[in-house]
Amino acid sequence: MITAPITLLSAALRERRLSSVELTQGLLDRIARLDPGLNAFITVDRERALADAKAADAAIAAGRAGPLTGIPVAHKDILATAGMRTTCGSRMLATYTSPFDAHVVEALARAGTVLVGKTNMDEFAMGSSSETSHFGPVKNPWNPECVPGGSSGGSAAAVAARLVPGATGTDTGGSIRQPAALSGVCGLKPTYGVCSRYGLVAFASSLDQAGPFAQTAHDVALLLNAMAGHDPRDSTSLDRPGEDYARLLGEARGVKPLAGLTIGLPREYFGGGIDADVGQALDSALAEFRALGATTVEVELPNAGLSVPVYYVIAPAEASSNLSRFDGVRYGHRAATYGDLTDMYRKSRAEGFGAEVRRRILVGTYVLSHGYYDAYYLKAQQVRHLIAEDFRRAYRTCDVIMGPTAPTAAFRIGAKTDDPVQMYLNDIYTVAANLAGAPALSIPCGFDRNGMPIGLQIQGNYFAEARMLDVAHRYQQATDWHRRVPAVAA
Amino acid sequence: MGGIPRRPARPAQLRGIRDRRPGSAPSRDAPTAMTISLTDVHRIAHLARLEIDAGQAEEVRAKLDAIFGMINQLAAVDTQGVVPMAHAQDLMLPLRADEVTETDRHALYQSIAPAVENGLYLVPKVIE
Repeated sequence: MITAPITLLSAALRERRLSSVELTQGLLDRIARLDPGLNAFITVDRERALADAKAADAAIAAGRAGPLTGIPVAHKDILATAGMRTTCGSRMLATYTSPFDAHVVEALARAGTVLVGKTNMDEFAMGSSSETSHFGPVKNPWNPECVPGGSSGGSAAAVAARLVPGATGTDTGGSIRQPAALSGVCGLKPTYGVCSRYGLVAFASSLDQAGPFAQTAHDVALLLNAMAGHDPRDSTSLDRPGEDYARLLGEARGVKPLAGLTIGLPREYFGGGIDADVGQALDSALAEFRALGATTVEVELPNAGLSVPVYYVIAPAEASSNLSRFDGVRYGHRAATYGDLTDMYRKSRAEGFGAEVRRRILVGTYVLSHGYYDAYYLKAQQVRHLIAEDFRRAYRTCDVIMGPTAPTAAFRIGAKTDDPVQMYLNDIYTVAANLAGAPALSIPCGFDRNGMPIGLQIQGNYFAEARMLDVAHRYQQATDWHRRVPAVAA
Repeated sequence: MGGIPRRPARPAQLRGIRDRRPGSAPSRDAPTAMTISLTDVHRIAHLARLEIDAGQAEEVRAKLDAIFGMINQLAAVDTQGVVPMAHAQDLMLPLRADEVTETDRHALYQSIAPAVENGLYLVPKVIE
């Protein structure tokens, strides 16, 4: 029971078949048993979790329960939590405890969730494999010799191993969707501005967006309901009417629930670059969507192939600026010995940041430096516009766009750590949505020859989350990929 | 610096890149495969306030070079007249009322600092 999706747990809690304390205790025991082999968590706080659970049980008894009251969740360790350290997977912040909560942390607490801990991640969210953490790599629950994807790999692995029914992540270039795909769970990057970035340690501010992981599209909708909403503390947080992202899921529509839906298939996503098993899983998924009543059309995203080079100019540029705050003065790591002030900065930053973070700071510093700005940063922003325009044009002829989330299933730990460009190419299908600011979702749709999960990416136009989740939900009503559990968690 | 942009759309700029690259002959007609130099690495490491010891520098250089090899695909794209997109939204910075909203929390904020004395952050002496 404790490994069930949020919808079922929520019903059991409200019907008093299960208490939040029992649920939380059970999951904490699972974490104690399974996480040493996964390393999905950086911090687990049993006492706080059980205190939250007791409060949730009291709220339920008092008739004040919402759909998430008493549901245990974990936050990616990039989201600030007052009273619980926030490390960003970095030596720089290894002992840092934030004086405040991130907006989404606060919002999920207000919704009655139980915070069990903070999940492991690529350092400062810079990675696609969760191998660069100062706290060691995260293992994929489907095969501990493989990566879970990244950068939100700890959250993806925790949900995949059923250590928590829901978790948060952040997605700057695919960091929610790619680990969701590689770990066999659902993960959504909302439209830029839907979830406040307040308290999200900034990587690339024009791209960063928080979002949920869960077992089902329905659960994702419930978590997003709590996380979304205007927050004046983030100047890019959108002030728009609230919506119920689960509102379409309950509609009775007969045997062709997706009749009228047009799925765009980008020619560029189905070329030679994807693994044969991924291609086959996608074909089967598309056949299922057609059986559910959808039609498919070919669309063109002619600049999609440029999204990785654009991203690796814009994201490092913003990162080099954002990470300049880590100077060893106000918080974070300070070197033990140094000469003058500049030397203190240089040593503290060199010691506090790992190799990939240092590399991206250097790339960003270079493209912003005198004489190179126009050729790199401005150029990348122009191509970014072309990419966003491609989507605008495509959505004139389709409602959602489908394709692979990643070119392959999970690869082995260490396979790409020496080749940053190969690692970056994992993001080839995910970064475009960040550049455009549009929402995108990954759901499980099969397995490769080695038994590793494959993800289907569903992209939508701005604010199309409810429709995308409906599309995913109808697929999950007809298939059971999302119910498969890795052997370690069975 | 890697891969001279191939398109001669904005020649002044492209010359600018080439001219600033340490150690490269300013050749306008025959772009060769240009690379990140160790001088570049040390220059940007200084700008970024990151110490790089001599032993690491070559590895850092080689990896940056590979990354810029990938990034330099952009040079071939026709972007003449394309408005740069800085952000996903057409943003207007929101204004708020000119009211005090923050309380004094410096003790809390300084409690996580590496070195503090009398409410001040301690750093090495800057002024002699």
